[in-house]
Amino acid sequence: MNTTQQRSIWQKTLLGTATSVALASAGMMGMVASANAQDTFKVGFVTFLSGGASGPFGVPAAQGADIVVKAINEGTLPAPYNSKGVNGLQLETVVIDEAGGPTKQVEEYRNLVQRQNVDAVIGYISSGDCLAVGPVAEEMKMFTIAFDCGTPRLFQEIENPEYLFRTGLDAVADNVGAAHYLAETRPEAKRIAGIQQNYAWGQDSWEDFTLSIEQLMPEAEIVNNQTPQIFQGSYGTEISALQTRRPDIIHSSMWGGDMESFVAQANARGLLGQATALLTTGESGLHRFDGQAPNGTILGGRGPFGGFMPENDLSTWFTKAYEAEHGTPPSYPASKAAQAILALKFAADNSGAEGVPTPEQLAAALKGAKFESVSGTVDMALAGGHQAMQPMLYGEYHFVDGKAELRNIRSYPGECVSAPDGQNPQEWIKAGFPGAKCD
Amino acid sequence: MKLERTELSLIGVAVAVAILAQFSPNWLVFTLTLAISTALVVMGVVMLMRAGLVSFGQGLFYCLGGYAVGLGGRFLGITDALMLVGLGVGVTVAISMVLGLLVTRYREIFFAMLSLAFSMILYGVLVKSHDLGSTDGFGVVDWSILGYQPGTGESGTRAALLLALVIALAIALFLNRYFKSSLGLACEAIRENEVRVEYMGISRQQVLYINYVIAAAIGSVGGSMTALTAGHVDPTMAYWTISGEFVFIAILGGTGHVAAPFIAALIFTLVRTYAVELAPNAWQMILGIVLLLIILFLPKGIWSLFTRKRRTAS
Repeated sequence: MNTTQQRSIWQKTLLGTATSVALASAGMMGMVASANAQDTFKVGFVTFLSGGASGPFGVPAAQGADIVVKAINEGTLPAPYNSKGVNGLQLETVVIDEAGGPTKQVEEYRNLVQRQNVDAVIGYISSGDCLAVGPVAEEMKMFTIAFDCGTPRLFQEIENPEYLFRTGLDAVADNVGAAHYLAETRPEAKRIAGIQQNYAWGQDSWEDFTLSIEQLMPEAEIVNNQTPQIFQGSYGTEISALQTRRPDIIHSSMWGGDMESFVAQANARGLLGQATALLTTGESGLHRFDGQAPNGTILGGRGPFGGFMPENDLSTWFTKAYEAEHGTPPSYPASKAAQAILALKFAADNSGAEGVPTPEQLAAALKGAKFESVSGTVDMALAGGHQAMQPMLYGEYHFVDGKAELRNIRSYPGECVSAPDGQNPQEWIKAGFPGAKCD
Repeated sequence: MKLERTELSLIGVAVAVAILAQFSPNWLVFTLTLAISTALVVMGVVMLMRAGLVSFGQGLFYCLGGYAVGLGGRFLGITDALMLVGLGVGVTVAISMVLGLLVTRYREIFFAMLSLAFSMILYGVLVKSHDLGSTDGFGVVDWSILGYQPGTGESGTRAALLLALVIALAIALFLNRYFKSSLGLACEAIRENEVRVEYMGISRQQVLYINYVIAAAIGSVGGSMTALTAGHVDPTMAYWTISGEFVFIAILGGTGHVAAPFIAALIFTLVRTYAVELAPNAWQMILGIVLLLIILFLPKGIWSLFTRKRRTAS
């Protein structure tokens, strides 16, 4: 009796203390953070560190960002970024996991800004998270760069953005580019099918792709589209259904592990012998297929990223540094993260600020600017100077002597694959791409 | 009507929080509002737990409340927060009255699975709704309350907290009485022994049905408040992992008292946000360890800390 009572008192004290310490530290940490002297530039980096998107996207992106941040702090980047730090300040990153859904990301975003007092936020792979965080960034007046999410709705829903930027292309460009590549390299293709993950990304991609095909390849027939669940992993039924429709081309916006398993299974079943797969995010599997994808499979990298990076000082340095650290060349998410960090350095260096630049100064420096990056010169020409306009590239996968490479690469300029400012992308495609310059 | 001690302390705490919030950093106000909204949904889970039922589908009502706010603002042009919350409750009560007829016939794992299934049906329908943004969801309109426009920014966050506090206080006061009413006590009796309850002339079916519908309505209020605060709704609200989170918090707090879900939700949110900050690669593990420790040392939830103290004092 006595011992149980003692134990319960001991438990009570222990847990009671733990609870009060936890609650008290909540207040304390906020104060500590704000008392910090400002000789560093603090940036929040949000990316998937757990869940299905972490392996193919989130972790490579974090690694890519980390390499560039380290090089910036040491001043070892090639020109024009060979000065130490951003605007002379050392970069300090706070990495946050993007898992958990938009509501949690809004909460974590607010915590980053108000509790951790970051000076800028870079992140977001999921379109849902971008759509939820975007308005909050504008409301809180915090310089924010979306580095990967692809929804074209981002700058449709935020009119006159001031603080939110996107240093990549939206998903419309992926699929318009894919249709152009098919029309140019496979004009004889008659039967086109698709397989997409059943969620916003897959639905939007297929819509944009089929609309573009109607314009660019009016002879071709859309014969089938399969919509398996995301992270389904096993695609036996879908492959059978596709096989019975005898397609020439199979378009897929599936990404990461789903894309890789579909390719492996479809290849084993012979589907990819009769049809060529067109994978809009296939580049992330370039160094992972190991010959499991047949030669000639068409891959995209959501722009000039990963294996599609043009030869320049920055991309050569980045590929070498990434390979030295992680043993594999950078995939497109790693390059996109690197590009966002470079955009931040560009904005900070050109803000003209003494010490830490304000979000307004950063935004003014990046708006409509042209900056050098691993993907060549990036032109912030869309969404009123808030979104990058970049070329879209597609190429064929070839696996020769144990080494993967891209051949027959075609590049379509930004004016060719992106709708002009203020135009609804679907209406633009349906009208036959008015104003597009594709030469 | 005389207020009893619990009610006085509930009101006292609510007033204290409202005053303290004026001096708290904005992120804490926001987190607190989300915690209160979550606690309301957990309240529904606790109500069902008191009747011996574990719902893995409370996300259904959470999502209905959230989407009622989003759709009401977008398509019906309603901007008044109270009207939007009311719309959510109306829709949820209508749907739960139909579903309740079926699910209250089942117990244990069958109830859990059936409730989970219905919430996943809503998830599936929303994912297929391309015009509603599918999995990306959509933004909620700027809301007003009784003609007052809190706007965005700090004043908006504080207004949302005050609204959540008032609503939560009203619900807590109601539930405090409800748990002691004959209906609330009948729920506990059903958990202990259903057959005896029937022999005493009470319809278990009716009791569980009413309990289920009230729990659904409260869950919807939590979803509506989350949508108003976060400014965005998406189908994940109906996904089973979110419902699992509600059960997690219910276990964390225990079913002993109306205040327990609020304390548990606040602790859960704070532990999670600091875990995410301090261990971005292992925050789920920290949450798991906390739950394990609670189950090992406090099998009746955090609230048992307070009841033990009272017992040793008396």
